[in-house]
Amino acid sequence: MRTTKLIAVAAAATLVLAACGSDDATSEATADACSNTIDDGMLTIATGNPAFYPWVIDDAPESGQGFEAAVALAVGTQMGYSGDAVTWVRTDFDAAIQPGAKDFDFNLQQFTITDERKATVDFSDPYYTANQAIVALNGSSAEGATSIADLKDVKFGAQAGTTSFAFITDVIQPTQDVFAYDDNVGAKAALEANQIDAAVFDLPTALYVSGVEIDGSSVVGQFPAATGGTTDEFGLLLEKDSPLTPCVNAAVQALSDSGELAAITNEWLSEFTGAPTISE
Amino acid sequence: MMQELRTGSGPFRNSLNPMDSQTRREAYEQRQRRRSIGIASASTAVVIATIAVLVPRAPRWDRVRKSFFDGDIFTESFPRLLEAFWLDVKIFAWSVPLIFALSLAIAVSRNTRSPALFPLRAAAVIYTDVFRGIPVILTIFLIGFGVPGLFESRAWSNPLIWGSAALVLSYSAYVSEEIRAGIEGVHESQRAAARSLGMTSTQTMASVVLPQALRRIVPPMMNSLVSLQKDVALVSLIGPVEILRQAGLDKSKFANFTPYVAAAVIFLIVTIPCTRLADYLLNRERRRTGATAVS
Amino acid sequence: MTTPKLSMRAVCKAFGTNTVLDGIDLDVAPGEVITLIGASGSGKSTLLRCCNLLEPIDDGAILFDGDDISEPGLEADPIRRRIGMVFQSFNLFPHMSVTKNVAIGPRKVLGVDKATANATAAELLTRLGLADRADAYPDQLSGGQQQRVAIARSLAMGPEVMLLDEITSALDPELVGEVLDVIRGLKADGMTMLFATHEMTFAREISDRVCFLHKGRILEQGPPEQIFGDPQEQRTREFLQRVIDSGRL
Repeated sequence: MRTTKLIAVAAAATLVLAACGSDDATSEATADACSNTIDDGMLTIATGNPAFYPWVIDDAPESGQGFEAAVALAVGTQMGYSGDAVTWVRTDFDAAIQPGAKDFDFNLQQFTITDERKATVDFSDPYYTANQAIVALNGSSAEGATSIADLKDVKFGAQAGTTSFAFITDVIQPTQDVFAYDDNVGAKAALEANQIDAAVFDLPTALYVSGVEIDGSSVVGQFPAATGGTTDEFGLLLEKDSPLTPCVNAAVQALSDSGELAAITNEWLSEFTGAPTISE
Repeated sequence: MMQELRTGSGPFRNSLNPMDSQTRREAYEQRQRRRSIGIASASTAVVIATIAVLVPRAPRWDRVRKSFFDGDIFTESFPRLLEAFWLDVKIFAWSVPLIFALSLAIAVSRNTRSPALFPLRAAAVIYTDVFRGIPVILTIFLIGFGVPGLFESRAWSNPLIWGSAALVLSYSAYVSEEIRAGIEGVHESQRAAARSLGMTSTQTMASVVLPQALRRIVPPMMNSLVSLQKDVALVSLIGPVEILRQAGLDKSKFANFTPYVAAAVIFLIVTIPCTRLADYLLNRERRRTGATAVS
Repeated sequence: MTTPKLSMRAVCKAFGTNTVLDGIDLDVAPGEVITLIGASGSGKSTLLRCCNLLEPIDDGAILFDGDDISEPGLEADPIRRRIGMVFQSFNLFPHMSVTKNVAIGPRKVLGVDKATANATAAELLTRLGLADRADAYPDQLSGGQQQRVAIARSLAMGPEVMLLDEITSALDPELVGEVLDVIRGLKADGMTMLFATHEMTFAREISDRVCFLHKGRILEQGPPEQIFGDPQEQRTREFLQRVIDSGRL
């Protein structure tokens, strides 16, 4: 009897000590906003695992090859970090959007800027604007669609938690249940296994999937802003209220003003803009 | 002799009052009981009070509470999650009989003794080794995406069919081992008695061995069922939006983990009665076979 | 000279390196009651289990009504229908009622319909004094009652020979009598029986012949008066002396 009471008291004491033990670290204000990286003197950039074409070539963002790799390095240079001062890490798409401290300075993997996400993370100004697009196997029921109405009875699938998925459920509103996957790989596998008629991706990804990855598929169409969804604007993702946000925005603005952003877009994404448009 | 003790005239009364009909042992046990209840209540109260007072004082408790226990998001997600849960229930309902049938077939195959049936026994062993060795998630991906690619018609490529098939194949490997353990737990003398009557080995298995084996393994089988109730959610990996996926979609939409807590609550509402039932059956079995606790 | 009901010719059986039966020769005439006595490990149980083909023999032959039933690869089930066996630990089916225990054999093996099988079971149970326990389950019965049910179960198949393997050894002394009464009844009905037992007094009373087994061989056999009264072999005498010393004779 005595021992159990002793254990109860000991447990209570441990809890008290634990609560008192943690301290909030005091943040240091710096004069130069761009030097407030998580690693002194280094810029830590994050992207997905793996990183796909045409955003990153050969899953090697350090090379600067690929649209997002190029944009990231250009932003970094503007902020004053280049060469060995830049280091890359990988994160899960979903995990990056969650609230909490991050292990990177900024993250880019085709994150669309949305109001819901802004509640938990910071976004830079957009560096790219993409439409949603549909990929389907040739001969599927989605082929030849020119309006949303044509797509009502199509069986759709997309990556869960993306604006592509929300586009299907909120704008297209098909009659059949939409299938959800952890990543685009799942959606592609489902297309090939004839479990869905069509999948929705951002346009560049859609063109790559149909042109290179899945034989016998094509981009049925893309949805410009007028069709009712928001156009997807990609922004660099930072920790909520990150001190680097103003600095990153300044960098993006500078690249846009100087035309360097347009040049990068042209270099990496020029092949990836052509597809029929689908109206309301 | 007992009568004497009860009316207080034996040597072991704690009082000389003949109206006081407690035995010495009864009085001791009553004192012990009261003391135990007192200490148990006190220590429980201390622990609860400590948690209630100290946890909210943790520096980031407010954020954690908003992230995981947001009342508005909970009430908004809950009906949607309940609807998505219906799919889990359906998958469970059609998988269980299939698992049972396949497990029985595998267990009985492994138990055959005739040399002619060796290929059957070998197939059963290979099957259980493979499907117990591969994680259920892998099986779902391999079968859920791999097999449908072979079919033309949409009806046959449905991920619900192949996801359930993957679950059935994986779980049957485990449950068949449970059934086999039950079969081997039936004493050899039962078989001897049945064979002595002239019963064939099939009749022996069906009428004598299996009925006894199955009664014994109800508790571990219930364990497997409770496990299956949760693994059903893995079918979400290949497309269908059931409760786990729906909770994930809501989590992304609200940037908040409360939908997961709501989903957990729904799971508990279903699994806890089953676990209690499993425990009850286990205890009943223990009592029936006469095992008594030594204190 | 009638064909023996059961015949053993030079039967040998070993478990691994342990030779349990080392050349058994025995003829059991129809209606004869033969008792096997001997120390533990002398092979009594094994011999009985070989007779109803629960164990295959290594060498020699067993003949049933003149037919060789020990032929390797022979279908054993039809033979076992005609030979009844009762075990030391009763081995009743615990998930079946007493009636079902007795009726299951005829129903499954002989294809008798449920009503007839139950009627036969009821009759047998009445004969053995168990009519009031017909719907009970084995774990509700005493040892003696369970053994009587086991005997009824065997009898329900209408066997031509009964093999009884130390059927009273697991019983409390006061329950032994009721089982032995049943055996007396069977003898009176003319059943051929092969009996392994430690109950020497009973063996003396009921046997036509007693066989003393020692290390897998029948060392001595003869009428009970001879074996118990005037044993020829030294080892037989030693064994019986030990039995007397333990107060069982």
